[in-house]
Amino acid sequence: MLSRVADSLYWMSRYFERANHCARVLEANHNLMLNPSKLSTEERWQRIMASLGIAPAAGGIDPQSAMVKLTSDAGFESSIAFCIAVSRENAGQVREQISSEMWEGLNSLYHKVTKASANLEADTDPMRLVVAVREGSYQFHGITDATMNHGEGWQFIQLGKYMERSCALPVLLDAYFSRAGEADTLDWVGLLASCAAFESYCKVYTAELRPDSVAEFLLLNPEFPYSVCYAVERMSAAIAAISQTSFTKASVRIERIAGRLRASLAYAQIAEIMIGGVHRCLNDVIEQCESLHAAVHMVYIDYPIQSALEA
Amino acid sequence: MPAQSAHLQMRVPFGDYALGSAYDEMFRADGRPRAHYRNLYTQLLNLPSEDLYRFKKEADLSFFNQGITFTVYGRAEGTEQIFPHDLLPRIVTSSEWATIERGLIQRITALNLFLADVYHERRIVKDRVIPGEIIYTCKHFRRQMQGVRIPRDVYISVAGTDLIRMPDGRFVVLEDNLRVPSGVSYMLTSRKVMKQIFPALFRKCGVRPIEQYSQELLSTLRSLAPEGRSTIVLLTPGTYNSAYFEHAFLARQMGIELVEGRDLVVHDNTVYMRTTSGLQRVDVIYRRVDDDFVDPLAFRADSTLGVAGLFNAYRAGKVVLANALGSGVADDKAIYSYVPKIIRYYLDEDPIVDNVETFLMTDRAQRDEVCGNLEKYVVKAVGESGGYGMLIGPHSSREQQAEFREKILADPRNYIAQPTITLSAAPCFMNGRIEPRHVDLRPYVLFGEKATIVPGGLTRVALRRGSLVVNSSQGGGSKDTWVLLN
Repeated sequence: MLSRVADSLYWMSRYFERANHCARVLEANHNLMLNPSKLSTEERWQRIMASLGIAPAAGGIDPQSAMVKLTSDAGFESSIAFCIAVSRENAGQVREQISSEMWEGLNSLYHKVTKASANLEADTDPMRLVVAVREGSYQFHGITDATMNHGEGWQFIQLGKYMERSCALPVLLDAYFSRAGEADTLDWVGLLASCAAFESYCKVYTAELRPDSVAEFLLLNPEFPYSVCYAVERMSAAIAAISQTSFTKASVRIERIAGRLRASLAYAQIAEIMIGGVHRCLNDVIEQCESLHAAVHMVYIDYPIQSALEA
Repeated sequence: MPAQSAHLQMRVPFGDYALGSAYDEMFRADGRPRAHYRNLYTQLLNLPSEDLYRFKKEADLSFFNQGITFTVYGRAEGTEQIFPHDLLPRIVTSSEWATIERGLIQRITALNLFLADVYHERRIVKDRVIPGEIIYTCKHFRRQMQGVRIPRDVYISVAGTDLIRMPDGRFVVLEDNLRVPSGVSYMLTSRKVMKQIFPALFRKCGVRPIEQYSQELLSTLRSLAPEGRSTIVLLTPGTYNSAYFEHAFLARQMGIELVEGRDLVVHDNTVYMRTTSGLQRVDVIYRRVDDDFVDPLAFRADSTLGVAGLFNAYRAGKVVLANALGSGVADDKAIYSYVPKIIRYYLDEDPIVDNVETFLMTDRAQRDEVCGNLEKYVVKAVGESGGYGMLIGPHSSREQQAEFREKILADPRNYIAQPTITLSAAPCFMNGRIEPRHVDLRPYVLFGEKATIVPGGLTRVALRRGSLVVNSSQGGGSKDTWVLLN
């Protein structure tokens, strides 16, 4: 597979996941913000921003404009509209590699988002856009799995999706656990809903919401798609599959980083993590994901030509 | 409007259908449908126009979702529009097609012999059939190609020849597009959409299939590959090229890699592409990048679309390019006027499909005739395509004529003139009514081990009433072309 193509598939997938994540967080919080809480609206918006990894704005946050900015401001790099546009742009670069159904799905979602962004009138409109993205994303994942060869290209798509998730979930968790002391039940509901995890959580722990159970579920549950452990597991699987089809000597190094990260979560216990501090654990995951990203880029995408000729 | 149409009472939805001086694809001069259009005619009489509207909407949505769009510049960012597509098929009989097919195969065969001659012995110049300076002054003549041997001596593997139909019903060649002709993806996608919309009509009419085009193209390219090697790629200028959709489409249909210049590297006269498992050797490049841009070391140094060192690898015979570099000489509009002579010279045959009468501005008598009567002629710059650099005499102002007269006198080699020809007209669905619009026909000719043409092509439509310009950059659209089985 062409390196440029692999790169585009990876970023198509990452940005798509990013839009999706943003949509989930906004949808979950939107519903909860209608309830009164100890935190002010301003503080809650700050937490939303933090949970999406967005630096706090200097002049404070106006709820209505924040919503518009995060959903439909195509000039703002964390907005849904921006992420969908970049995802589609990358897909457009590799249209012959993805299935026509995938392109049509992504393309029509893009047009839906662009059109909705240009016509925001009622204050319910941004939420409509968010819901469209959530539905569109489940559809896109289904189409991708059903219509594309599960070969190397598909593996790069998986890698992008789970890399993004492995980076985004720790940021989200950190925003809640760094202020775990002041959080009430509704806040934990909000966190779980941000990961589409409420129902799944209840099936494991019942509706009793305890911070360490929430942390255990979202960090270490190996079966839930929006847990860190699951995302890292899938990411490692994609990396292993890629190095099988495109083996180079340097692949070994990537597999080692991935394996270490995987093991650190697979064999961890929540009690230990709570003692050492959730923040440290989350930070560790993010750092290892970053070095994994850099290694993949160096080995498969942007390698020096001279070394490739000698091989 | 000619007198003959005054007493014709056309039936709904053809109430406003005016038969002019042009050859009408559907109707005879007495207003009755031609035999091969009768199925479509009956279908249209029985189809409420709401249904046509709905079909039109469905077709447009399908094109839009497939991303067969172009960006409209100068408007709000991201304004994408589909290429206008007309619902009603253009129908060609099997005997008309047989003539076209033989004519185009004869033509591409002769032009390939011509190019091999131009870049080697130049017998045609020595035998005084074509003056040498006309060849050497071609904008697309590539001195670098002199003496370079290419596989099978095939310079043109893919041609998109523009045919028009004269008022007497004959097809003639208006232009040979021999460099990087485009549009074939519209032919293929529009057929797919039409099948969804008119399944019954397809069954009734017996339409010859065109879906095999991609396989034919692939085997054409494969026939040029060196013995025992077969890595074929399609080289595109990239996503910002207006034909990018087509490049991606064809690469996918053929199952080959779609590469950009930055994906390729040349080392020791061998071309490689950069893949996730290292560098992989490339043998044949179906290039959709103009000569000028393929190699910054050999041609335009400012090109960022090409591959440094590609030309040397090509000269060394380590990689094949299709179409060959320098094939643009043969579609220069001045050389065009010599094509009948070229056919007679190399094949000793009369041309099966004629040319349009063409005046060379380098010839004094012809130039004086044209410059004195510019309102009657179409003047074209020889190296241009896409409807650019053109004067359409009857639709031009005195100022435009004066401007072109000056341009011609300043650089006669750069212009040719042709009498204004009224292209044939075909019925189109325009805002609820069926009206005639002028059309041409671009079949796609493939030439490798043998010559093949899939039956049909791109029928381009001048969507503005009365307009003769079918180019998509100038308000043209397209429609499906049906070649009938018998």
